[in-house]
Amino acid sequence: MKLRRPKITLSATIWLLLGAAYFLLPLVGTFIFSLKSNQTGKCCTIASYTWVVHNGDFWHTLKLSLTLALETIAISLVLFVPTVYWVHLKVPKLRPVIASFALIPFVVPPIVLVVGLLDVFRGTPQWFYGTPQGFLVAAYVILAFPYMFFSLDAGFRAIDVHTLTEASQSLGASWPRTLTRVILPNIRAAALAGSFLALAIVLGEFTIANLSQFNTFPIFLQYTNETQAYPAAAVTLMSFGLTWIAMLSLLYIGRKRGGTPQLTGAR
Amino acid sequence: MWLPTIPFFVYTIAFLFVPAGSVMVGAFRGKDGGWTFSNVTTLFHQPYLDAYKTSIEVSGVTALLGGVIGVGIAYAAIRDGTPRWLRSVFTTFSGVAANFGGIPLAFAFIATWGTIGVVTSFMRDHLHYDLTAHGFSLFNKTGVEFVYLYFQIPLMLLVIAPAIDGLRREWREAASNLGANPFQFWRYVGIPVLMPSILGALILLFGNAFAAYATAYSLTSGTLPLVPLLIGAYYTGNVLDNPHLAQAMAFGMFAVLAVMMMVYIPLQRRAARWAK
Repeated sequence: MKLRRPKITLSATIWLLLGAAYFLLPLVGTFIFSLKSNQTGKCCTIASYTWVVHNGDFWHTLKLSLTLALETIAISLVLFVPTVYWVHLKVPKLRPVIASFALIPFVVPPIVLVVGLLDVFRGTPQWFYGTPQGFLVAAYVILAFPYMFFSLDAGFRAIDVHTLTEASQSLGASWPRTLTRVILPNIRAAALAGSFLALAIVLGEFTIANLSQFNTFPIFLQYTNETQAYPAAAVTLMSFGLTWIAMLSLLYIGRKRGGTPQLTGAR
Repeated sequence: MWLPTIPFFVYTIAFLFVPAGSVMVGAFRGKDGGWTFSNVTTLFHQPYLDAYKTSIEVSGVTALLGGVIGVGIAYAAIRDGTPRWLRSVFTTFSGVAANFGGIPLAFAFIATWGTIGVVTSFMRDHLHYDLTAHGFSLFNKTGVEFVYLYFQIPLMLLVIAPAIDGLRREWREAASNLGANPFQFWRYVGIPVLMPSILGALILLFGNAFAAYATAYSLTSGTLPLVPLLIGAYYTGNVLDNPHLAQAMAFGMFAVLAVMMMVYIPLQRRAARWAK
């Protein structure tokens, strides 16, 4: 009997077509919507895009959100890289403890976390409580923690921490030098993956920013939704674009690294 | 020995454990500062009880529908016969779409399925079918559920694809050699092997929808009675007459999610049994 390559079945085709329609329609719809004129509602003009590009609040909030993302990434890396390194090197018993910490954000979602943060830190100095660079970043590092941890953990598992450390130290390197010159280059892909996840989280985060009343990029997007229907479609597409870039960069790194990156959450 | 991990523990205690603890303690505090159960018992009265019911219903419905559709699409994309490239298109897209959420997602649906949305107006003008007149709206419970599926389905697909991949072809061949038909294969082999993974994934989906705030806020301007929206209204609407009530509502969410977590962990352990 000759082996024939099986063909795609009818039911599989139907599932995939319906899935594709449900997922692509809102993207195509938003694109068409963004080309409509704000005055007449007719197609096609790029007025919405020029409105966005000339909007000061757009650039201002986007810059703020990008700054917050960079700050979150920097703090997360400084905080988690040495910890995960040390746990893999010296105290593997702590690993399950930290891994179970990483599950806690599931039971303490952003809406619960922000209620607690607002309560605990009310009355702390203005430079912390009153600024997004203080309060929001403190919260975003916690939101990024599970994704950072699992990325870094996979990265450290893939390298031989003990041999690298011993080799570095027997050549006379200090701890900081070992960490920055030997360990860090070897887990670069994992650190980058965690950073892109953190970027996607911060750029989309609405809950905490809204309840603590800071004007980040998603807040600007919501305000545009309420006031300017067609330009809002243009900002929405740009926001999707940012998520695409972050997630595809992540997938690209993941492909080279061989791991499968996963979800974030800006619901 | 533990010294280098201290900054990490200090940080998580300060910004995760202490705030979470303050929610739990605050839920049992009265306006006068004393201990009380009245905040938590208030949750069992209206409108709070309904908010929990609506939240649990929306999360349950979207978890189940997202789960069934997610498994359907995952199986269709993975099974023999489907070209490999289609499979990677679907998994890659899911990786991105699971992260579409919140404000942009809500607006994309408004621009497409809203009253003046692209699909809605196309159907009205060219197919003479008025969706809105037939009761379709994005701005009620069903509408919110319809939109939530956009991140629930890809999440299911991402979580369940490795498990479906783990259904070894040999099992299928063995079953059919022993005379099993496809129904019997699924009934006695496929579903039982996949079940712990599917149930675990459904819990993730439930929690994902239960904690969601931005999407529903943006769609309904905060009017749909979901627990996160009620909590949010306390902080954005200057009606903070009793902050402990907001803490009690947050505590209630924590309690629901903690139960889910307790079911999830053993399921996860069972699902790992068949991993390659």
